[in-house]
Amino acid sequence: MLTWIDERLGLADWARAGLRKVFPDHWSFLLGEVALFCLVVLVLTGVFLTLFYVPDATTVTYSGPWLPLRGQTVSAAYDSVMRLSFEVRAGLVMRQIHHWAALVFVAAIVVHLLRIFFTGAFRRPREINWLIGIGLLLLALAMGITGYSLPDDLLSGTGLRVIYSVVIAIPFIGPYLAFLVFGGEFPTSEIISRLFVFHVMLLPALLIGGVLVHLAILVRQKHSQYAEPRATEHNVVGRAFWPSQAFKSTGLAILTAAVLALMGGLVQINPIWSYGPFDATTVSSPAQPDWYVGWLDGALRLFPPIEITALGVTIPSPFIPGVLLPGIAFGIMTLWPFLEAWVTGEHAEHQILDGPRQRPLRTAFGVAGLLVFVILTLAGGNDVVALIFGVPVEAMTNILRVAIVVVPLLGFGLTYRVCTEMRDARAGIGHPRMVRLRRTSAGGFEEDDPD
Amino acid sequence: MTAPRAVALALAISILGSLALVAIYVFGGSIQLQGIGLALALGGLGTAIVIWAVGLIEAPIEVEERHSFAAQEREASIAEGAADGEQISRRRFLSRLLAGAGAILTAALVLPAFSLGPQPGTDLFRTAWRRGMRLVDAGNQPLRPDDIVLDSVTTVFPEGFVGRPDTQTLLIKVRPSDLALPSGRDAWAPEGCIAYSKVCTHAGCPVGLYRAREHLLLCPCHQSTFDVLRGATPIFGPAARPLPQLPMEVDPEGYLVALGDFPEPIGPGFWDMTHPGGRRMR
Repeated sequence: MLTWIDERLGLADWARAGLRKVFPDHWSFLLGEVALFCLVVLVLTGVFLTLFYVPDATTVTYSGPWLPLRGQTVSAAYDSVMRLSFEVRAGLVMRQIHHWAALVFVAAIVVHLLRIFFTGAFRRPREINWLIGIGLLLLALAMGITGYSLPDDLLSGTGLRVIYSVVIAIPFIGPYLAFLVFGGEFPTSEIISRLFVFHVMLLPALLIGGVLVHLAILVRQKHSQYAEPRATEHNVVGRAFWPSQAFKSTGLAILTAAVLALMGGLVQINPIWSYGPFDATTVSSPAQPDWYVGWLDGALRLFPPIEITALGVTIPSPFIPGVLLPGIAFGIMTLWPFLEAWVTGEHAEHQILDGPRQRPLRTAFGVAGLLVFVILTLAGGNDVVALIFGVPVEAMTNILRVAIVVVPLLGFGLTYRVCTEMRDARAGIGHPRMVRLRRTSAGGFEEDDPD
Repeated sequence: MTAPRAVALALAISILGSLALVAIYVFGGSIQLQGIGLALALGGLGTAIVIWAVGLIEAPIEVEERHSFAAQEREASIAEGAADGEQISRRRFLSRLLAGAGAILTAALVLPAFSLGPQPGTDLFRTAWRRGMRLVDAGNQPLRPDDIVLDSVTTVFPEGFVGRPDTQTLLIKVRPSDLALPSGRDAWAPEGCIAYSKVCTHAGCPVGLYRAREHLLLCPCHQSTFDVLRGATPIFGPAARPLPQLPMEVDPEGYLVALGDFPEPIGPGFWDMTHPGGRRMR
């Protein structure tokens, strides 16, 4: 059978080489795989959800088993998600696994990105895959935001409302762009079906296509590796794909799915029946988005009330935190490999990865960026954080307004200091070095080879 | 006709077809015209490329050996066609024409995206509130100042527009002596009843929380806080503008009625919100 196929396609050599392909063995190289397996879970559960979801803003009267909503006017979209949650067998577990998988998917991508960043794996020759990776992160975020809004519940509707306000805040084109995207002044009946088209057709096609290119480039360029005795810039030290890595990856895939199943089954997420259907004149409090959007909401909350009008042009206050800030953040991330090469003047190929302490400046930048993200995310829940600590929300906001400036700077300085110390300690600069002496046959002493 | 002329002609037809498509989209036209325009734009481009391939590219016949899937270097001879200066400049002209035809066609194909939404027009500048419209609650009941409990807050709409998002307004009753409204607005708060747009001037969330003791309205989305007694001036959070105040009076039958639309655009800011053109449109 295999021979029959091989005589016609000639794939045996290619497959044999593939199976023998060497993968460096390190846990941190599996982070991207976790993201990949989340994507598989998302596609499988997503197909199931699509079979029941109705992308329609037409209003219907709810008559399902959830008593508090009986007789209320809801959209057909909301009604279908309620039916999916309460009447379709295995519907709720599919929904919850899908939502958890989405959260873990973005998280795995971010942690994978941090690994790439702090070990310098984005350097030549891997700049292209870095760019594709950033594109995939943006697509994953777009998938998350469009999917989150589909149930047409009060919380996600409020999120859409904020997105609309951020879009109309863009100078000159904002109102036109917002009317094109939303089909008119918010709220519109068109937006649900448009989000649906993006969430189940355009974005997944781009995302899956991008992942395939990402992987093809990885295979073509071979894996980078950490410095270890046998590793050089011209080899890859690790274990063959078959059987070791194949078994490990398969196991990881199934375990990822297992954890997602456990979360989907045991931990409630996005209970739209307690949020209620979207209504433009009501709002829930507290209102927090999914974790990966929290930093943008936090930026909106912390930004001072500044709205400048000059020459008849108003710069609305959400523009800077809502458009400019993420634009700059993703701009720096996208260009980082080129910025770093330009600043350090280092354009050589790198197959051996750095330890974070070997590059104090890069690591300090990364830590500062992470701290900005963490503080903005906290700010996105400033009302909840204030409640936990029992302080007024105004005080919490003011504390975070100071922290967003001070903490990243402190983090930068401290990280830079610690990394330089560690690096210098390794290299033996400015520190006493431990040596082992050996008595020679002539009666003198000589230093023992440290290795 | 020589091949280069034919290519140029076909590309010119493609460009004309694309321009016609743009004109048909902008000024409106029948489906037949749209189909013909698109067919000309694509057909011209396709014909040009085919004539180019057949008439302008000198490609020698090559022979590639078939191997039984063992890796083998492919031998291909590259024939360098001698090209004189005239040929090169002609080719450059045709290449540019081809790129231009492609670009115009792409632009024509992107245009239908503008079908996705209407022009903003005056939508962001005005709401349905008009002079003489009664304030009604969500149950469509008109309201008298005496019906409203002191320090209570009610979401109201113009009569006939209950639930219309951009008209949602908060009606609050306070002690008239506590009010310190901007000058010229004293008459807008009959018997201590005062009405502000419910749409937050920061990011458009409904301003849903009222701290009656301090007379503060609070937006739960980003914690913008507005002072009800002082014309809903923002005193904390990211909102930079007060909530627009609805001018109102009591009609002869004793019900609260609007004196007109909000004096400023409601909700989140946009770049031309202070534009005099926008005002004129009101």
